[in-house]
Amino acid sequence: MQQLKSLQRGEIRDNSSRWVSIGKWSAIASGTALAIFGLTRRSKTGAALAAAGGALALLGSRVSTVPGQLTAHSSVLLNCPREQAYGFWRDFENLPRFMRHLHSVNKTGDQRYQWTALGPLGARITWEAEIVTERENELISWRSLPGSEVEVDGSVEFRSAPADRGTIVEAVVIYRPPAGSLGKTVAGVFGKYPSFIMRQDLRRFKSLVEAGEVPTIEGQTHGPRSRKIAALRFLNPDQPIRPESREAFSAVRRTA
Amino acid sequence: MKAVCWMGIEKISVENVPDPKILNPRDAIVRITSTAICGSDLHLYGGYIPTMEQGDILGHEFMGEVVEVGSGIKPDKLKVGDRVVVPFTIACGRCFFCQRQLWSCCENSNPNYWMAEQLMGYSPSGLFGYSHMTGGYAGGQAQYARVPLADVGPLKIPQGIPDDKVLFLSDIFPTGYFGAVNCDIQRGDTIAVWGCGPVGLFAIRSAFMLGAERVIAIDRFGYRLRKAEQAGAETINYAEAGDVVQTLKDMTANVGPDACIDAVGMEAHGHGVMFAIDRAKHALRIESDRPIALREAILACRKGGTVSVPGVYAGFDDMIPLGAFMNKGLTMKTGQTHMMRFMKPLFDAIEQGEIDPSFVISHRVPITHAPEMYKVFRDKQDDCTKVVLDPWADGARAA
Repeated sequence: MQQLKSLQRGEIRDNSSRWVSIGKWSAIASGTALAIFGLTRRSKTGAALAAAGGALALLGSRVSTVPGQLTAHSSVLLNCPREQAYGFWRDFENLPRFMRHLHSVNKTGDQRYQWTALGPLGARITWEAEIVTERENELISWRSLPGSEVEVDGSVEFRSAPADRGTIVEAVVIYRPPAGSLGKTVAGVFGKYPSFIMRQDLRRFKSLVEAGEVPTIEGQTHGPRSRKIAALRFLNPDQPIRPESREAFSAVRRTA
Repeated sequence: MKAVCWMGIEKISVENVPDPKILNPRDAIVRITSTAICGSDLHLYGGYIPTMEQGDILGHEFMGEVVEVGSGIKPDKLKVGDRVVVPFTIACGRCFFCQRQLWSCCENSNPNYWMAEQLMGYSPSGLFGYSHMTGGYAGGQAQYARVPLADVGPLKIPQGIPDDKVLFLSDIFPTGYFGAVNCDIQRGDTIAVWGCGPVGLFAIRSAFMLGAERVIAIDRFGYRLRKAEQAGAETINYAEAGDVVQTLKDMTANVGPDACIDAVGMEAHGHGVMFAIDRAKHALRIESDRPIALREAILACRKGGTVSVPGVYAGFDDMIPLGAFMNKGLTMKTGQTHMMRFMKPLFDAIEQGEIDPSFVISHRVPITHAPEMYKVFRDKQDDCTKVVLDPWADGARAA
């Protein structure tokens, strides 16, 4: 719990993935530079240097930057009393209604739930978690049971905003995926942006509580799509335009 | 059904597409009886709004009859058979912003809020047929449309009033009115309005409705300036007058207009070196807007006055005279129109005969003619001010 709190305050940062990342990019950069230098020599030594540089860059690009720990953290303001926001979340079986990657959460015991997440290509990941702390209308935290394939610590806090402006909901979930293919699947669920996924989830939570439904255009009618857009929509109906998409925002990026 | 689709920059076509379905409990399906092309649709036509996708259905000014409602809509709010005008902004009615009457800032109607956040920091509400950044909702230049959160937006219209009189409650009338409301008009005020397209013309009439003494309208097309004169405005043709700011000084005893309304937006025209630079940057997509009217409005406005911006801007603008804005102590008010604040009062004004919005209509065509009408409207051919589309005329399929 203390660690979650510290994480929320930003005191603990997992630096390991950053070092992996720096190593990876310096390998790519220096390898590429070496290759270019070698190519401009137009000699046998140059060719050898170029080949070595190319190999270094290739190796660098293949280093996995999947971190040992994925932290998803976000917050949202709900225009409702704390009791309502807390009540909706406390019924864990509601979670898949706004957490897009969850298939189901089922009660298995007094304070225990079985979680099933959907990975890429329909792969299912299951773990069992128990509620560790529960303070009514304030905080819920949960933790995967020892021996689970995926280690998950989660916590959600409910605070009243000043002057009756509703409820601030702040959630942190930390995943420690195992090594190997299961780890890759877990990383695939959250992609490069675990906190973005958490923010999407919290926005859906907000819409469900406030408006009673989540806004969507999935399944709406449209005219003929280009092949590229059709493919992107098939792969990800929620977001065919990725957050990092260059073309969607190119006009604006160039001026910004 | 037939629908007007965006197929690429300056490529519009009428396609046969599947009919819309209810997707959420608070949805309704409307059979559209009248729909229109808005000046802001021309920004999509020209490709100046990011996040359009090929196949998107256009249109955000439409009205019709409710043919289906979702399970979450109470019959006293909306039921099958109701005749409705649909506002172009989509709002939930329950979030922080809706409850403060800031309907176009609704937090629960844009599924792609994060795209807008990349551009603007925070997202406005969802809009019909206006790029994926504002939700990607299929628009109303079609025979049917799905209306989300339909128990909040659509205004019920009694039978007996023709479509032409109430259709523009969907956008341009409230938008022009909002532009005038934002001027906080006091007795004796002179209001300058840039742009005599439909929103500018409604802003002129609204300014008089709200008690303005004088309205000065600025455009370069004779036929639009004549419509402004019919509304009671004095006019400046900037293609002839040259320096608009100086002309406004001359017309106001060197005081300047008390408030300035920019009803032009991102694709302004002008003349001289600045316009040439803006046009080149805009064409190369290195400036996302051409803010010529806004610059003039800031320079022309009297000290302590208000600049009201109903014109649409999309991104980042160069050479805004912030020095003038700051030193003269100006106020700027803007936003997509908070539709639900104005639709009912303006409907009452129409019903009482205070105003007949159908004066802006210049063309009525079957929906199948939409692609060529985008071009006619954009190029101001044939004295075009407003195009109304009939989704069910001739070639269109029977109900």
